[in-house]
Amino acid sequence: MIVMKDIFKTYNNGVTALNGVNVEIKQGEFVYIVGPSGAGKSTFIRLMYREAKPTSGSIIINDIDLGELKERKVPELRRQIGVIFQDFKLLPKLSTYENVAFALEVTEEHPRNIRKRVLEVLDLVGLKNKARSFPNELSGGEQQRVSIARAIVNHPKIVIADEPTGNLDPETSWGIMRVFEEINSRGTTIIMATHSKEIVNTIKKRVIAIEDGLIVRDERRGDYGYEA
Amino acid sequence: MITVMKLRTINRHLREGVKNVFRNGWMSVASIGAVTVTLILVGAFLTLIFNLNQMAENVEQDVEINTLIDLTVNKEDILELGDQIKAIDGVDSVLFSSKDDELQKLITSMGEQGKSWGLFEQDNPLNHVYIVRAKDPNQTMAIAEKIEAMDHVEEVNYGKDVVERLFEFNKYARIIGLVLIGGLVFTAIFLISNTIKLTIMARSREIGIMKLVGATNGFIRWPFFIEGMLLGILGSILPVTAIMAGYYYLITNVSQHITLPFVKLLPFNPFAWQLSLAIVGVGALIGIWGSVMSVRKFLKV
Repeated sequence: MIVMKDIFKTYNNGVTALNGVNVEIKQGEFVYIVGPSGAGKSTFIRLMYREAKPTSGSIIINDIDLGELKERKVPELRRQIGVIFQDFKLLPKLSTYENVAFALEVTEEHPRNIRKRVLEVLDLVGLKNKARSFPNELSGGEQQRVSIARAIVNHPKIVIADEPTGNLDPETSWGIMRVFEEINSRGTTIIMATHSKEIVNTIKKRVIAIEDGLIVRDERRGDYGYEA
Repeated sequence: MITVMKLRTINRHLREGVKNVFRNGWMSVASIGAVTVTLILVGAFLTLIFNLNQMAENVEQDVEINTLIDLTVNKEDILELGDQIKAIDGVDSVLFSSKDDELQKLITSMGEQGKSWGLFEQDNPLNHVYIVRAKDPNQTMAIAEKIEAMDHVEEVNYGKDVVERLFEFNKYARIIGLVLIGGLVFTAIFLISNTIKLTIMARSREIGIMKLVGATNGFIRWPFFIEGMLLGILGSILPVTAIMAGYYYLITNVSQHITLPFVKLLPFNPFAWQLSLAIVGVGALIGIWGSVMSVRKFLKV
């Protein structure tokens, strides 16, 4: 469950990214965030995993009030949220297996559980046979699937994806979306910023459109609504 | 934040730290080199300072006050004077040396030339003497002044200039040595933190990713801590070897040829071992400090 109230965000350089955002996202929902570039989508998403702090307003995620969250508790928040990026953000010197395992190592999980769980998610994203490969030996789609595996490996309630298909060809993108639907069907909230008209219009989900720092549209089973 | 780290996590940090040393190749070599040079100099200075200190102490221990007694005094007065001196606070021992003893000492100390002094045996011009030692060598001057003020004392000799100059020299040697060591250590920390900073700059993206995945600062910092400590310890190998070998050479070969009474080197065991331990410790500290300092900046994301 995510609740944002009256969120304003102005960056230090004077750019206002969000101008009074109110939103509520329930556990298990699948939400697309759409809108033109620079409208505030990325800021909206970055606030949730505390890579940015709002100038004013309150954010509550899984009963954690981010406004009162101490700096040293931030890692705990991030372990409850899986984040997926357009540029994958994999650790280049670690293999597929090690990249995914890292998210469990930071929680000091028992190695036996780590092994079991990592192989499980690699199977889910279809990369079991690439466990020993390094990121530079993988295609873009494969790298993105590694980062998805890493994001979901410790059973987060929420998965946030910032243009996860932005660097991928259409074929690969559909594969990624199937993984998201699979995760969502197991009860995980998915929040995904995207520019892909095809995806939004084909796999119908809740759509939140952000323009000039405001939510201008919020539909239960919406369309992309922009010319691609 | 104090949380008990699990053994496997400590293991993981150790592994990562060791891996990093190898991964950074020449950067690690440069850091180790900086530590090595510093520690060799630090070791040399420490050897010098400790030995100077020891020599100064030897001299200090040997400082005696020669109290020359008036020629005209009778036996009872001499005994009374002895009791008075013994009663002074801080006096360790009082030894009577008759004028015949004194002449004998003089003759032996003069060697060949001394024989001509033998003529004086019939008509000894020297004084009876009380040889006084202070419990604390620093009190020598104060005690000497008190004795000088007593009756029947002709003169007091305690090598005033030598003692004073020695104390001064010692004080400055210690201060200069410490300042130099401090400067050297600081330079090494600076060098190492810069070298590690260069390697971290390349890794800053990775650190950012680790934080996004939920790694705590401590989790990220520990491998760097281990890495720094390793660099420091590796950097101390050569200095320790050099000091052990060098000091052994000094002790076995050089010190035999030194016949000056106060110049005695500290014994190899335990001094060389203690010094080596100190150098490994300083090396590890330099490494840890340097790497933890440089990683700090990148954790404030």
